[in-house]
Amino acid sequence: MNSLAVYRRLVGARVRSDLQYRTSFFMFLAGQVLVGGADFLAIVVIFGRVDSLSGWSAFDVAFLYGLSGVGFGLGDLLVSQVETASDHIKAGTFDAFLVRPLGSLWQLAGMEFAPRRLGRAVQPFVVLAIALTRLDIDWTVPHVVLLPVSLLSGFAIYSAIWVLTSSVSFWTVETQELANSFTYGGNTLTSYPVDVFGGVLQRIVIFVVPVAFVAYFPAVELLDKPMPFGLPRFVAWLGPVVAAILVLAARGIWRLALRHYRSTGS
Amino acid sequence: MKFRLYAEVARSTFRRVTTYRGATFAGVVTNTVFGFILAYVLLAVFNQRGSVGGFDATDAVTYVFVTQGLLMVVGIFGNFEMAERIRTGDVAVDLCRPYDFQGWWLAVHYGKAPFYFVFRGLPPYLLGALVFHLRLPPDVPTFLAFVVSTALAVGVAGAYGFILQSLAFWLIDIRGPSQLGWITAQFFAGTYVPLVLFPAWLESLARVLPFASMIQFPVEVFLGKHSGANLAGVFALQLFWLVALVAVGRAVLDRATRKLVIQGG
Repeated sequence: MNSLAVYRRLVGARVRSDLQYRTSFFMFLAGQVLVGGADFLAIVVIFGRVDSLSGWSAFDVAFLYGLSGVGFGLGDLLVSQVETASDHIKAGTFDAFLVRPLGSLWQLAGMEFAPRRLGRAVQPFVVLAIALTRLDIDWTVPHVVLLPVSLLSGFAIYSAIWVLTSSVSFWTVETQELANSFTYGGNTLTSYPVDVFGGVLQRIVIFVVPVAFVAYFPAVELLDKPMPFGLPRFVAWLGPVVAAILVLAARGIWRLALRHYRSTGS
Repeated sequence: MKFRLYAEVARSTFRRVTTYRGATFAGVVTNTVFGFILAYVLLAVFNQRGSVGGFDATDAVTYVFVTQGLLMVVGIFGNFEMAERIRTGDVAVDLCRPYDFQGWWLAVHYGKAPFYFVFRGLPPYLLGALVFHLRLPPDVPTFLAFVVSTALAVGVAGAYGFILQSLAFWLIDIRGPSQLGWITAQFFAGTYVPLVLFPAWLESLARVLPFASMIQFPVEVFLGKHSGANLAGVFALQLFWLVALVAVGRAVLDRATRKLVIQGG
C-alpha cells in the first residue's frame, strides 16, 4: 500500500470517529467558522469607522483576508496536525510513529486529521468569492493564473511554517505556543495591507517570515496598487518560489529534528 | 476554616503555573506579536478619525497592550481541567470531598491570576512601550481601581468557564461548545477590537453583556475613563455578573449532580 492510500484510510477513520458524537462535532464545526468569522467581523467593525486603510477599501481588504484565509485554512485542515508532535513527544507516544512503515508527517497528518477544521477553510473562501464579485480586477491571462497559483503557494507557505515551528518541539516541548505567532499571527497580519504596519514589521513579513507573498503581493498586482519599498512588480509572482524554498527548508529541519529525537524514556 | 483551604488551593496552583517557564516565554511572544499587529491597525484607524468614543490613538494602542496582557490573567481562552475530571469520572472523588466544588475551581482560577498578571501581563506592555507611546494610569488610586476591576474580571471569567465546563456532565466532548462560548466572550469582551469601535447599538448591547466585564471595563479603568460614581457603576456591574454567573453555575452543578452516575468500580 502506498503512503497516500494509508493516509486516506487514516483520514477516513478519523472522520468516522469524529462523527460518532454528532452534536459535539457540529458545534465544533460551528466554532471553527466563528473563529475565522470573528477575525472578519473585526475588519467589518473597523470599516464601519473608516472608508479605507492606507488606501485599501473594505473590499480590497476582504480580498486580502480571503486570499490569505483560504491558504491558511487549507494548511490548518491538512497540515497543522503536526503541532500535536509535541503532545506525542511529551506522552512518549512518538516512538510508535518511528517504527511504522509510513513517514511521520503523513502519520501525524492522517491520524490527527480533524474534519471540523473545514469550517475554518470554507469561511474565507466565501469572503474571497464575494470580494471577487465586487472588485474591478483586470482579468488578463496572467492575472487569471496568478489567483490559483497564489492560493496554492499560500497553502504551501503556511504548511511549511507549521512543520518548521513544530520541529522546534523536538528540542523544547513547552514552546509550542510560539508557533501561533507565526501561523495565526501571520494570517491576521496578511489580512491587512502591509502598508499599515511599521517599518520593522513590514520587513519581517517580507524577508523573515515571508507571509507577504501569500496574499499581499499578489493582491497589489491584481488590484493594481503601488509596490512598497520600490520593489519590482514581478515579486507578486514569487509566491511559488518562496513556497518551494520554505517547503524544502521544512523538510530538512523536520528530518534533522527526527534524527535529534530521543524518547522521553520513563 | 474554609477560607484557608481555598487560599491554599490558590497558592499551590500559583506554584504549579510558575514551573512552565518556556510556555510563559512563548505566550509573551505571541501576545506581543498580536499586540503589535492590532496596534498598527488601530493607529491607521485613529490617524484618520482622531478620536472615537472618547478614545484617542494613545488610548487605543495602550488598550491593545493592556488587553494582550490580561488575556491569560482572566483566562479568556478557557481550559479543560475541570471538564477532564468530569469526563474521566474523577469528579466523583472531588464531589465527595469536604469542600465546595465550585469554590475549589474558582480558587484554582484565582491562583493562576497573580502569576499571569506579573509574567504575562507586564512583558507585552513593556515591550509595546519600547515602540509606541503608551499611557500609564493617571494616578495610584486609578491603578488600584484597575487591580480591583481585574480581580472582578477574573471571577466573572472563572464563573463563566465553570458553566461551560459543567457541560461535560451532559456532553462527552465539550470542545465545540467551549470554543463557541469563548470566541463569543473574546469578541464581546473587546479583545479583537475595543468596544468603542463597535456600531453604537452593538456597543450598548455589548456593555451590558457579562463579557465586557472580563476585559473592556478593566482596561477602561486602567486608562482612567471612569471615576467617582461612574467607577462605582462599573464595579457594581462587574460584581452583578460575578454573582449572577456563580449562581447560574451552582444551579447547573445542582442539576448535574442529581443526574450524575459514575461508571466503574
